Amino acid sequence: MIQLINSILVLLVLTGFMLLSSSRLSACIRAIAIQGVLLGVLAISMQDGQLSAAGVLFPLSSAVVKGFVLPWLLFRAMREADTVREIEPLISYNLSIIAGAAALGVSLWLGHRLQLSPQPRSSLLVPAAFFTSLVGMIVIASRRKALTQVLGYLALENGVYAFGSAVALRLPILVELGILLDVFVGVFVMGIAIFHISREFDHIDTDKLEALADRLS
Amino acid sequence: MIVLLIVIPASAGIVAFFVESDRLRRILLLSTAIVQTALSLATWMVSPAPALTGWLAEDALGRLIETLTSILFLAACFYAVAYLREERRQTHSDFEEGFLFSNAREASFTACLLFFLAAMTLVAVSQQLALLWVAVEATTLASAPLIYFHRHHRSLEAAWKYLLICSVGIALALLGIFFLVVAASNPDGSSVPLMVQNLRSNAHHLNAPWFKAAFVLLLVGFGTKMGLAPFHTWLPDAHSEAPSVASALLSGALLNCAFLGILRAQEISVAGGLAAFSDKLLLVFGLVSMGVAAAFISGQTDYKRMLAYSSVEHMGILAVGVGLGGAAVFGAVLHVINHALTKAMLFLVAGNLLAVYRTKNSAEVSGALSVLPVSGVLWLVGLFAITGSPPFGPFLSEFTILKAALDHGQIFVAIVYLTLLAVIMAAMAAPALAMAQGTPGAHVAALPARALALSVVPAILGIAVLVMGIYVPPVLTRALREAAHVLG
Repeated sequence: MIQLINSILVLLVLTGFMLLSSSRLSACIRAIAIQGVLLGVLAISMQDGQLSAAGVLFPLSSAVVKGFVLPWLLFRAMREADTVREIEPLISYNLSIIAGAAALGVSLWLGHRLQLSPQPRSSLLVPAAFFTSLVGMIVIASRRKALTQVLGYLALENGVYAFGSAVALRLPILVELGILLDVFVGVFVMGIAIFHISREFDHIDTDKLEALADRLS
Repeated sequence: MIVLLIVIPASAGIVAFFVESDRLRRILLLSTAIVQTALSLATWMVSPAPALTGWLAEDALGRLIETLTSILFLAACFYAVAYLREERRQTHSDFEEGFLFSNAREASFTACLLFFLAAMTLVAVSQQLALLWVAVEATTLASAPLIYFHRHHRSLEAAWKYLLICSVGIALALLGIFFLVVAASNPDGSSVPLMVQNLRSNAHHLNAPWFKAAFVLLLVGFGTKMGLAPFHTWLPDAHSEAPSVASALLSGALLNCAFLGILRAQEISVAGGLAAFSDKLLLVFGLVSMGVAAAFISGQTDYKRMLAYSSVEHMGILAVGVGLGGAAVFGAVLHVINHALTKAMLFLVAGNLLAVYRTKNSAEVSGALSVLPVSGVLWLVGLFAITGSPPFGPFLSEFTILKAALDHGQIFVAIVYLTLLAVIMAAMAAPALAMAQGTPGAHVAALPARALALSVVPAILGIAVLVMGIYVPPVLTRALREAAHVLG
């Protein structure tokens, strides 16, 4: 089981790099979709031996929502906004990958520093979770397209969720569903906003959203 | 009964979405707001039983925020109905750039208002921290469409920033809640339920490093939503572009709900004897927020943005008050009420000025006292109140905080606090006075008769602000003491 968990975590880190290095939005959406499925499998494999109906159903529904429903919404938003690529991110792809590598280093160090009791099942769990969150933040800060920023938000959220599984968190099912619902509605509303942005501006580059700002006088 | 407080507005929201008739929908909005306020006031006489195995319960703090929210919502609804009726009549051309735009469907706007109320109520009454998180995120989602009511590119930009920045902030708060779970685990590894009550009673064996990390994340996360600098960047945009009635609710009600998230963490910190750490953080963020607000209010030409930055300032004051501890906490909780009433009134008045002068530039507004006698007077009253002049409510609470700072020997904090208050007062007074006085320009000559509610509602809020400065009812004082007690 530990091998399964570890290979899931390695794949999770790889999807993070995929998100950082790809200029094609469809590849980025796929990376997020894979993350969603991986997290579902991770949550199920973390509770071997004591599988309960709720313990399987919830990760499964989460995997379906994050792996299929949200990507479908995002693909639709992509088609409606008529964009395929993230052109000219604020920091280049090479630099993004270097930032990703640095984030991985920071996550490993943090995972080593923070002592959990009891020890998590795999020493990679906490670093992988932090790394995924950090990738999300890098993407939000360094990309121009509204759609890519939503993907960054989802990666951040996935990292937080992964940390939840790492500390073997058993949240009541109502809360888990509430969190999932919030993420779903959030992406849904953001998708609608992207649609409006593309109609209003003929593009979804958020750095052109600059009518509102204050300068120190 | 607690469940009703959430179910009534939520189901009214669903119904409102499908009601075709404007009249019926507005009646539904008003009656929901009235029922909600009546129920909230009833909870002061009969303490409602906890629901959902104690997840939903009212403590002194939650009840204060909940009641304040529903009263402000009621006021905002009377204003909104009049406002929506006026909006129907006009064609919409942009004030700043002159293009034509349309409004969002009134049904969606009303539905979002009601969902917003339901989500804020859930924040106030939820004792389970993860549920509180779900509710805070729900407030973001319900209020983003309110900001994008006027369909044009600036409001869209504001709504987008609001959605993204707050969602990211809130995601960090969720990580903070998970850290809290780790911090609160028993030595044998079993975890404590995420209820405020359980966390407080178990706080003596909190794992300090994990708790500190959790507190930082919660402060950053909920602080983003609350508008603490430097995470406040969404706030001026959202408040200036949203219709004034939505700005009033954002500033008066929503920011308090986000503040409640931080207060819950502070409760646990105090119970666990870690207040020295959390107090220092709150003080720093509070003073930084006041400083940032002072910098951006000086020379601000847009009067709605000026009010928005003033909200950043007052959120800073709240953080300073809680961070000082002792009597200042009482002042901070009192200030929650005073700021909410005053700022809601100011935004509603700003909406009236905006409708008549059709500009948000304060330099282009003059003679408000003669054009709109009621709103003009209220604008001045609100300005004096919000900058902390006696005899209004905010003076009382700001002074309580200052006095506590001096009593605790926090001279540096007191000096910075007082200096920033003075700077902001000077910076706000000049443009606001110029707006009220003078002779109106020629372009405001033809005034259509406006609905009475548009001036009566802010006037009532203004009277409340004045009363709060002169006489705080004993029942309220008792509730404030009780709320402040758990916060150190």
